[in-house]
Amino acid sequence: MRGEFQRLMPAACGQPADFLSGSYMAADSSTTHFELFGLPQSFEVDLGLLDTHYRELQRAVHPDRFVTASDQERRLSMQQATQINEGYQTLRDPLKRGRYLLELSGYRFDDQHHTTSDAVFLMEQMELREALAEVREADDPFGSLEVIMDRIARDIVALLMQLQDNFTVADSHSLEAAAEALMKMQFFRRLQEEVMDLEADLEDELA
Amino acid sequence: MALLQISEPGQATAPHEHRLAAGIDLGTTNSLVASVRSGVAETLPDEAGEHLLPSVVRYAAHESPVVGREALAAAVDDPLNTIASVKRLMGRGVADVKRTGSRLPYEFVAGSSGMPLLHTAGGDVSPVEVSAAILGQLKQRAEATLGGELQGVVITVPAYFDEAQRQATKDAGRLAGLNVLRLLNEPTAAAVAYGLDQGSEGVIAIYDLGGGTFDISILRLNKGVFEVLSTAGDTALGGDDMDHLVAGWLMQQAAIEDDAGHSQMRHLLQQARAAKEALSGAVSTGITVTRADGTTWSGNLTRAQFEELATPLVEKTLAPCRRALRDAGIRVQEVQAVVMVGGSTRVPLVRERVARFFAAEPMVDIDPDRVVAVGAAIQADMLVGNKPDDEMLLLDVIPLSLGLETMGGLTEKVIPRNATIPTARAQEFTTFKDGQTAMSLHVVQGERELVDDCRSLARFELRDIPPMVAGAARIRVTFQVDADGLLNVTAEEQTRGVKSSIEVKPSYGLSDSEIEAMLKASLAHAEDDRDARRLREEQVEADRVLEALHAALAADGEQLLDADERAAIDAAARALEEARNGTEYRAIKQAIEAVERASSAYVERRMNTTIRKAMAGHRVDEFKSS
Repeated sequence: MRGEFQRLMPAACGQPADFLSGSYMAADSSTTHFELFGLPQSFEVDLGLLDTHYRELQRAVHPDRFVTASDQERRLSMQQATQINEGYQTLRDPLKRGRYLLELSGYRFDDQHHTTSDAVFLMEQMELREALAEVREADDPFGSLEVIMDRIARDIVALLMQLQDNFTVADSHSLEAAAEALMKMQFFRRLQEEVMDLEADLEDELA
Repeated sequence: MALLQISEPGQATAPHEHRLAAGIDLGTTNSLVASVRSGVAETLPDEAGEHLLPSVVRYAAHESPVVGREALAAAVDDPLNTIASVKRLMGRGVADVKRTGSRLPYEFVAGSSGMPLLHTAGGDVSPVEVSAAILGQLKQRAEATLGGELQGVVITVPAYFDEAQRQATKDAGRLAGLNVLRLLNEPTAAAVAYGLDQGSEGVIAIYDLGGGTFDISILRLNKGVFEVLSTAGDTALGGDDMDHLVAGWLMQQAAIEDDAGHSQMRHLLQQARAAKEALSGAVSTGITVTRADGTTWSGNLTRAQFEELATPLVEKTLAPCRRALRDAGIRVQEVQAVVMVGGSTRVPLVRERVARFFAAEPMVDIDPDRVVAVGAAIQADMLVGNKPDDEMLLLDVIPLSLGLETMGGLTEKVIPRNATIPTARAQEFTTFKDGQTAMSLHVVQGERELVDDCRSLARFELRDIPPMVAGAARIRVTFQVDADGLLNVTAEEQTRGVKSSIEVKPSYGLSDSEIEAMLKASLAHAEDDRDARRLREEQVEADRVLEALHAALAADGEQLLDADERAAIDAAARALEEARNGTEYRAIKQAIEAVERASSAYVERRMNTTIRKAMAGHRVDEFKSS
C-alpha cells in the first residue's frame, strides 16, 4: 500500500500543531503570539525586541530547564517551548505574520483558491522565470542571478509597504488586498528558492 | 521538579548536593568522557593516563568483551571479532550496510528487525550493543574517577545524524545503564566549550570532521544563548576515508591485489593512518607494508602527494558549508570565527582550505579531540541542576526534513530542515478512495522529492476510519520533535476521533522490550541489590519532591492556591512523608505520583507565572533604559 491518501490543504509546510484543543492542555489557549511575546498586534514588528523576548521566554520554559522534573512539567515545558518556537517563526517572517494577522481578523486565507488578475504582476512573473531559465547560458551566471535576486527583493519590499498600509486600515477591502499581496509574496518566495537552488547547483558544479 | 524550584530574585536558594554528571563523546575512532569538577570541565583519563578510549570492542567466546586499546591492538590478528568504527553502522539497515559495508571487514548476519548483526566469536552482536560496551567502559571510568554513581549523562551525536541514528545512540545509552539526559549535537557541544570560555557574541561556524562523519553548523551566540541557525553535513565522510585513499595508494605501490584479506586490509589501514598523522607535522614520511606472503614494500609518502589524494575529500566538505550558509541566510563575510573540531582537522590541508573558504583564521585552542566531550560535560552539569542560575541556553535544530509519503511515492514535508526544536507541526490529509477505512502512513526523513530517495523511518496504520466518500475524511497527522531531536507521530481522524500514535521506532532499531530483556539479563543475579537500590532511589526522589514543593509553597502558595487546593496538596505531601519513612519503594513511588497529581494545576499556574514574569521583567528593563 503506497500513499493511499492526499493532502487536504496544500501549503508551504505543516500548520501549527493544535495543542490548544483536545487532550493537550496548555495554559492560556486564547493567548495570541503577539501577546505571548509582549508585542503590539501589528504587521510592523520590532525584530530586535522579538529576538530578545524570544530568548527570555525560552530561557524560562525550555526543556533543558526541566530535565529532572516530573513528567507533567516536562510535557508542559515541551509544549510551551514548541509554542514559543512556533510564535517566533510566525512573527519573524512577514509572510507567515501576514497570514496570521489575517487569521486573527477572521479572514480565511486559502492560497489554493486565491488567484490574481493583476496583469502587471503576472507579466513580471513570466519575465523573471524566463530570465531564470536563461541564467545557465549567460556569460556571468552569478551576476545574472544577482540581478534577478535584486529585482525580487525590490518587489517584496514594495509588497511589504503595501501590507503595512492594508493592515493599518484593516477594513474588509484592505484585508482582501492584503491577502492578494501575500499570495504574490508567496510567488516571489518560491522564485527566490528556485534562484537559490540554481545558485547552489552552479556553485557545486564549479567546486 | 525544576519548575517548583524556581526561586524569587534575591531569595537565597537552598544549597543542594552536587550531582554527578558527565558528557560523553561517542566517536567513530575514539570516545571520551568529561565532567565538571570544581567548576572546570575536563576529560577524564583512565588508570594509564589516557584520555582517548579507542572505539573498538573485541569479542571472544565465553568472555566479556574487551574495549579500547587492548582491543585495538588485536585488530590486525583478529579482524572479524574486533569491531571498530561501529558508529558508521548505528541506525543502519542491512541494505545500507551492504552499500557501504564492502570496506568494513566484518561478517554480517541479518537480525530479526532488519538490523544488521555482526557475527563474532562472542555471538551475534548489534551495533547498539557494541556502542553500549564502549559507553559502559566510559561509565565505569567516570564513576571510579568521580567516586559515585552518575546521575545523568549527555551523549553527543553528529548534528547530521538522522532519527534512526539518534534513536540507536539513545538505546545504546540505556543499554549501558546510563540515564541519558540529552543527545547533544557535536558542533553545538564544541560551541559551548568555546563560547563559555570566551563569552563571544556573533555568528560562528563549527567545522567538525571526525573519523567517520562530517558536520557543519552555523550558530548565533548572544548573551549565553547558542542558537543554531542551520546545520548540514555528511554522516559517511571522515578521516577514515583519507586512510582508505592512502591504503589504496599503498596497494598500488606495493602491488597488492584488490582482494586483500581482512588482516591485510587492517594492516594497510593502520599504516595509512600512521602516515596521515605523521604528515600533519612532517612533509614526508616513510612507510613499510608487509604483503600476505611476508615480503615487504618500503617507500615514502610526501605531504604534497597525500594532499593530492585528500583534496577531493576536503572539497566535498565545502558543498555542505555553502548549503548551511544559505539555509542560515548568512553571507560568508558575516562569519566571525570558525571552530575546528575532530581529529581530522589536524590535517594542515583541511585547516588551510577551511580558513580560505570562510576567510577566517580557524580556532584550534581547545584540543579538537576533546572539545566535544568538554562541551557535553558543561551541558550535563547544567541539566542535572548543578547551576540553577546559569544563563546558558542551547537552541538546536533538526538537520533533515521530516515528512510523509503521499500519492505516487512523493514526499510531503511536514517539518522543514533546520526548524528549531522542540517543534510540532500538523498536516491534514484525506482519503483517496470511496469507503476507505484504513490509511497506511509512511514517515520519511530527507530532502528529496521521491520517497525512495529518503530514509524510511517508520510505517504505521490508522484503522477504523468511518467509511465516507473519497475526500470527506479529515485525518490530522501531528509530528512532534522533542529537544533530543526525536520524533513522535500521532494521527487522528477528526470527524470521529479515531486516534493512532507511535513513537517512531526506526525499522532497524531495538524495540523497548528487546532493550528491557537485555538489561534484565545483565541484572538478573543482582535482584536483592536492586530492591535496596530502588528503595534508596525513591527516598532520594521523595526528599527532592518534598523540598521543592515546600520551597514553592513558601514562595507563592498563598497567591496561587485557594484553601481547598492547598489542603489537598498538604495531605498528599504528608502521605508522601509517611511513605518515605517506610521500606516499600512502590509505596513511595505511588505517593510521589499522588503529590504530582495533587499539584498539577498549581504547576501549570506556576508555568504561566514564569512566562509572564519573563516578559514583565523585560518591560521594566526597557522602560528604565528608554
